[in-house]
Amino acid sequence: MTSTSPSTTGTAAPVVEAVGVHKSFGSLEVLRGIDMQVAEGEVVCIIGPSGSGKSTFLRCINHLERINAGLLSVHGQLVGHRLVGEKLYELKDKDICTRRAEIGMVFQQFNLFPHMTVLQNIIEAPVGVKGENKKVVTARAMELLGRVGLADKRNAYPRHLSGGQQQRVAIARALAMQPRLMLFDEPTSALDPEMVGEVLAVMKDLAREGMTMVVVTHEMGFAREVADRVVFMDEGRIAEQGTPHELMSNPTHPRTRAFLDSVL
Amino acid sequence: MTTRAPAHPVGVGGQTLKVVRLKHPGRWIASAVALVLAAMLVNTLITNKNFQWDVVAKYFTSKSVLSGLGRTLELTALAMLIGIVLGVVLALMRLSGSPVLKSIAGLYVWVFRGTPLLVQLILLYNISALYPKLSLGIPFGPEFVSGNVNTIITPYVVALAALALNEAAFMSEIIRGGILSVEPGQVEAAQALGMRRNRITRRVVLPQAMRFIIPPTGNQVISMLKATSLVSVIALPELLYSTQVIYTRTYQTIPLLIVATLWYLIVTSVLMVGQGFLERRYSRGSRSSGATIQGPTMLRRLTGLNWRSARTAVADPPPLTPEGRSR
Ligand SMILES: Nc1ncnc2c1ncn2[C@@H]1O[C@H](COP(=O)(O)OP(=O)(O)O)[C@@H](O)[C@H]1O
Ligand SMILES: [Mg+2]
Repeated sequence: MTSTSPSTTGTAAPVVEAVGVHKSFGSLEVLRGIDMQVAEGEVVCIIGPSGSGKSTFLRCINHLERINAGLLSVHGQLVGHRLVGEKLYELKDKDICTRRAEIGMVFQQFNLFPHMTVLQNIIEAPVGVKGENKKVVTARAMELLGRVGLADKRNAYPRHLSGGQQQRVAIARALAMQPRLMLFDEPTSALDPEMVGEVLAVMKDLAREGMTMVVVTHEMGFAREVADRVVFMDEGRIAEQGTPHELMSNPTHPRTRAFLDSVL
Repeated sequence: MTTRAPAHPVGVGGQTLKVVRLKHPGRWIASAVALVLAAMLVNTLITNKNFQWDVVAKYFTSKSVLSGLGRTLELTALAMLIGIVLGVVLALMRLSGSPVLKSIAGLYVWVFRGTPLLVQLILLYNISALYPKLSLGIPFGPEFVSGNVNTIITPYVVALAALALNEAAFMSEIIRGGILSVEPGQVEAAQALGMRRNRITRRVVLPQAMRFIIPPTGNQVISMLKATSLVSVIALPELLYSTQVIYTRTYQTIPLLIVATLWYLIVTSVLMVGQGFLERRYSRGSRSSGATIQGPTMLRRLTGLNWRSARTAVADPPPLTPEGRSR
């Protein structure tokens, strides 16, 4: 049922490796065996109908959700566990946080901290979590704000920004942690149509610079242009995957075809 | 809702028409009756010799009244402080994953909210009947120090304990409500940035919960100030009891009760102004609009007087809403 992923280039360990990942909420089985590999520098877009488990899978990758069965590792380290001999030991809060700090995540609802200015939002975690020098982080934050085109908004509160601006700040906030992997959960779905482009432009830049990205999105134009691979999820499984061209011009699975018809 | 007349007369077909404002005869009659009653009250305050304003003036700043006032303020501050600290602990217990901690905190809140403060106070005052000896040691094990309950638990300790324990139950509900009002997405975003649980609580959740916690806490302080008068029943010389001590000696009951009343009113007024200030401060960053909030002036705050509102129906500022929820 699950087609195998294109083999990763060379000998480098995959950034994300999922083998038979299952996740249930009570009796509701949301992920029913996900196998996936994401190579260094690869951009993978996940598409699929609402409720198919896309967000849940993304949240499992940085351990916002605990998986019930299967193996999930990031950069060769198991998510949430440590393997010693034949036993899996649950990680302490501290170790989970250390690993999360290496993964950036961008949410549909931006989730900026409303009581902090743009600059405070960005430097909070590098200073508070990684213990970096505030001056160094501030300089980096300003550079990131320049890159997302919001250098003049450093002292604004999130409520004074448009949705598109808030999402760009949220991306800058995640990047300030210097992550090696970025997760995007429908980053443009809560935006007014005229603001989608500015956020996608920032993401395209990021992809061009070689960032490893897993993006849940319904923006087919973005997927076609940027993605190395598109994964179609349906009812907690990967129904089909391939290059954007393969999947969009010649879907083999009837559900994929139906879904693509509905979004294109 | 607004009854304000249009700035210019309404014109129809070049013809100018006069607007006849709606009359409110009922409102006028009620206002007249209220004014007459108020005048009668002022008149009796001035002319009725039994108020004995000279006695009020004599005792208003007397040493025992001022020391009673000091004790009232001290009890209010300490009981609130302990109540808030205990309230945070209880709130975190109720929000924790442990069913044991949850139900213990729930039970505590149930008992202390479900019984009158006066009963709790008197019960605690008579605790020596239940536990004549107090000792420090290992539970169910040996004792290190022990003493007579009545020497350790003075009326002051009883008063403070009763007020603080009772307050903790109310504060825990306020704090819990505040924490629950913070959007779950905020915690997730903080987690995704690698922040640890304590840091998330301190830097993300509590500052946002403050907006929901501060205004009702201001009310609690004002209620606490008034509730301290209850401890007069255990003969603790706070403001009310110090005036009672005087009037049982001099039989000048009314003027001395007026002394207490005026002091309570002065302190609650100051507290209300401070509360308004805090409310405005903590709403920073929470409004979806950039407009500054026009807080009611001090006089309007204290008295509810709002001359313009009678005619133009100026609405009170809307209740505080969390960022995002107002959209
Ligand atoms: N915390 C949760 N508790 C219970 N059910 C959940 C929870 N999170 C998600 N679900 C359910 O899991 C299913 C998949 O959700 P989700 O991963 O958000 O789907 P998608 O992102 O593909 O739309 C949905 O039916 C949703 O209701
Ligand atoms: Mg989703």
